[in-house]
Amino acid sequence: MDALKCDLLIVGGGAAGLRAAVAAVGVQPDLDIVVVSKVYPMRSHTVSAEGGTAAVLRDYDSHDLHCFDTIRGSDYLADQDAVELFVDTAPKEVLQLEHWGCPWSRDRDGRISVRAFGGMSVKRTVFASDKTGFHMLHSLFQHSLRFARIRRFDEWFVTSLLVDDGKCVGVTGLDLATGRIQPILAKSVMLCTGGGGKIFPFTTNGNIKTGDGMAMAYRAGAPLKDMEFVQYHPTGLPGTGILITEASRGEGGYLFNREGERFLERYIPGKMELGPRDILSRAIISERQAGRAFEDRHGEYVHLDLTHLGEKVINEKLPFVRELASKYVGIDPVYQPIPVRPVVHYMMGGVSTANDGSTPLEGLYAAGEVACVTINGANRLGSNSLTECLVFGGFAGEAAARHAQSTGLVDSGRVRAAARKEEQRIEQGFLHREDGTERISGLRGEMQTAMEKGCGVYRTRDSLLETTRELAELRERFADVRIDDRGKVFNTDLVAALELDFMLDVARCIAGAALTREESRGAQARVDFPERDDEQFLHHQLSLISEEGPRLETQPVTITRWAPEERKY
Amino acid sequence: MNKIDITVIRYDPENSPAPFEQTYTIPYDDEMVVLDGLNYIKDHVDGSLSYRWSCRMGVCGSCGMMVNGEAKLTCAVFLKDYPQGVQVGPLDHFPVIRDLVIEMDDFMDKLRAVKPWMIREQEKPVEEGEYLQSPEELQLFRQFSMCINCALCYAACPVYAADQTFIGPAAIALAHRYDMDSREEGQDQRAKVIGSHEGIWECSFVGECSVVCPKHVDPAAAIQRSKVQLTKDHILGMLWPWGKS
Ligand SMILES: Cc1cc2nc3c(=O)[nH]c(=O)nc-3n(C[C@H](O)[C@H](O)[C@H](O)COP(=O)(O)OP(=O)(O)OC[C@H]3O[C@@H](n4cnc5c(N)ncnc54)[C@H](O)[C@@H]3O)c2cc1C
Ligand code: FES
Repeated sequence: MDALKCDLLIVGGGAAGLRAAVAAVGVQPDLDIVVVSKVYPMRSHTVSAEGGTAAVLRDYDSHDLHCFDTIRGSDYLADQDAVELFVDTAPKEVLQLEHWGCPWSRDRDGRISVRAFGGMSVKRTVFASDKTGFHMLHSLFQHSLRFARIRRFDEWFVTSLLVDDGKCVGVTGLDLATGRIQPILAKSVMLCTGGGGKIFPFTTNGNIKTGDGMAMAYRAGAPLKDMEFVQYHPTGLPGTGILITEASRGEGGYLFNREGERFLERYIPGKMELGPRDILSRAIISERQAGRAFEDRHGEYVHLDLTHLGEKVINEKLPFVRELASKYVGIDPVYQPIPVRPVVHYMMGGVSTANDGSTPLEGLYAAGEVACVTINGANRLGSNSLTECLVFGGFAGEAAARHAQSTGLVDSGRVRAAARKEEQRIEQGFLHREDGTERISGLRGEMQTAMEKGCGVYRTRDSLLETTRELAELRERFADVRIDDRGKVFNTDLVAALELDFMLDVARCIAGAALTREESRGAQARVDFPERDDEQFLHHQLSLISEEGPRLETQPVTITRWAPEERKY
Repeated sequence: MNKIDITVIRYDPENSPAPFEQTYTIPYDDEMVVLDGLNYIKDHVDGSLSYRWSCRMGVCGSCGMMVNGEAKLTCAVFLKDYPQGVQVGPLDHFPVIRDLVIEMDDFMDKLRAVKPWMIREQEKPVEEGEYLQSPEELQLFRQFSMCINCALCYAACPVYAADQTFIGPAAIALAHRYDMDSREEGQDQRAKVIGSHEGIWECSFVGECSVVCPKHVDPAAAIQRSKVQLTKDHILGMLWPWGKS
């Protein structure tokens, strides 16, 4: 079994991974950097981000205000030192990306434009029309092409982390084109694998967002943090879950119920459509429960009305919204309101990291949606996460590069044996087994339903116990999974099985952490514990692997200058 | 539910040397895109069918295929528009790895060849702020920055069909995107890459690339404009061989 080798191995070519790679070149221009990604980098789901990326660029804005908005939005679960660092570094990162060619939208005077976004007190969200993630990703990718030292393993699926003597020393990767499984050894390994919306049935996330990095870190013994917090975005298209960006409300769109009321008046009159996502998503569900929603075969929904903005604004600022609504639900937002409903969007939780992206597992770093620093706490503010990818992708890339400078490659018999064992797990457990009966799609569908039902917007002890039981049963049945495809070349059936394997672990962590947090905070809404309880729960929860499933530990929240108070808007 | 026949042109290099057709009859409704049909097959009928996809919202560029002979993003065309049934094949003009999965290496190399990054004689430090750019200046290249790298234009390009060394529509559009950017100073370097090959002169005004482009990038316009620019540079170069300007 040949081993591939490099200094720094970055798993993931989205905004975080590419930013990290470029940052690492800055530390040492001849560092041997490999970016491995299960899809070509420009397919990473960063590409789908629409609305914008936050940074303090205007005189009317301030460091403290962005910090406060983020911390209040997080329902006081963000680590305030991380937030301060984030807010401090954000403007430089946004400008840096401008220098690398990103086509930010501009004001008349040539400066980078900003728009309003949910939970942000002032206009501070930088954007590139309503294809911000697309432009950021392509700009970063194109910029990365100038560095010959950034090698890419495109369409390699990483299946596990290799750990030796308490250190992460590489990964095992499946080269999709050939079907070969090989160790890739590295002095530092960094996870930038994104989130896991596909654990739920109805999501804005693409097919590739299956929580791989979280599961791999968890299996390798690194703790996951704050896994209970899953963000629902208030405005997805019914049926497909395609996102209608918050920028549509930032530009002035209204939400209406069936009775023609701007119903947010009842829930968050101070902010209305510009309230944070957790509150708006729950407001829509309350309207549904009160019988004031519309209904069709895709279920209940409300209206997002942009008609008063006029064709010119929509074409200039929200052309992608117009394209998506017209194509996928046959509604032209210039003339008709868009049907929308809450949809799983983002994972606040992830691999627990320090501010430099390091994890408790030596040699392992993480950044982007897979990581949990955390600036997001119990609820992320829209447009903070693209910036998070830049800021912490950059820091983590530098730290991982410096770590690689200070340590040697571990290529021992033990490591090779571990890699061979992983190869056998995949070949014998999936490819060559004859007796499986469970279809991947069947198990996946049942997992998604179990999560939505018991671990969705509203949760109770009973619903969470039921989901946990169902997940345990699905895990057992997964041992009997069958894959139709026995080939080596581009076996997407095998990939789907491995992704489901990862998702089942991450789902367990989400449900487990939601069960022990007996309070409501941010995105966690416990019907049986409707109040926030700072006395008992102003802490993070870490999920660690054990025989019986995730074992939970607590970790204090770092508070610098903003004492927790009631979250009022 | 209505039923539809989806015929897939498959290729399995490990078991048969030649491509073959396989027809699946599946239920569908008005909201299903062609990609949903493939996913239905994979989930419920035949898990061995291989193809790429991710976003299902026409922006990641993964899911380009030939649909009844035309290059399409399969997440952006609806089954209901093919009531007689639909044939899905891998994108034309590319080597096939497996089923509907084509080899992208050549395409990726071509993107890189045009140096798609900011080239400046002097970099301004980030601390000094952004390069100012008016909305009008942005407008000059915006359209050419919308390419999602789906490669449909290569599948439609008659010049690329005849000669795969042609740098091709998406790469030229990308070069043009940077050339037209007011912050840029690398035009000469890119002109060398684009002008170094006959291909660009063979490109007719057919503009198949722009017809199939799902994002209205209009690579044909980029190619025609590049030609004009190259011709101007060439003539100026002959008149003043010691350098233009
Ligand atoms: C529809 C939508 C709109 C959004 N809009 C906004 C917005 O306007 N503003 C904002 O701030 N945020 C937004 N977000 C959130 C934000 O886009 C994401 O959190 C962010 O882009 C994540 O980037 P990332 O680099 O962490 O991961 P991703 O971009 O998801 O990249 C993950 C990478 O990891 C690779 N990978 C994963 N698993 C493996 C494996 N097993 N082996 C090898 N490679 C692997 C993938 O190939 C990919 O390259 C939006 C999200 C969605 C879904
Ligand atoms: S799946 Fe992303 S473009 Fe079709």
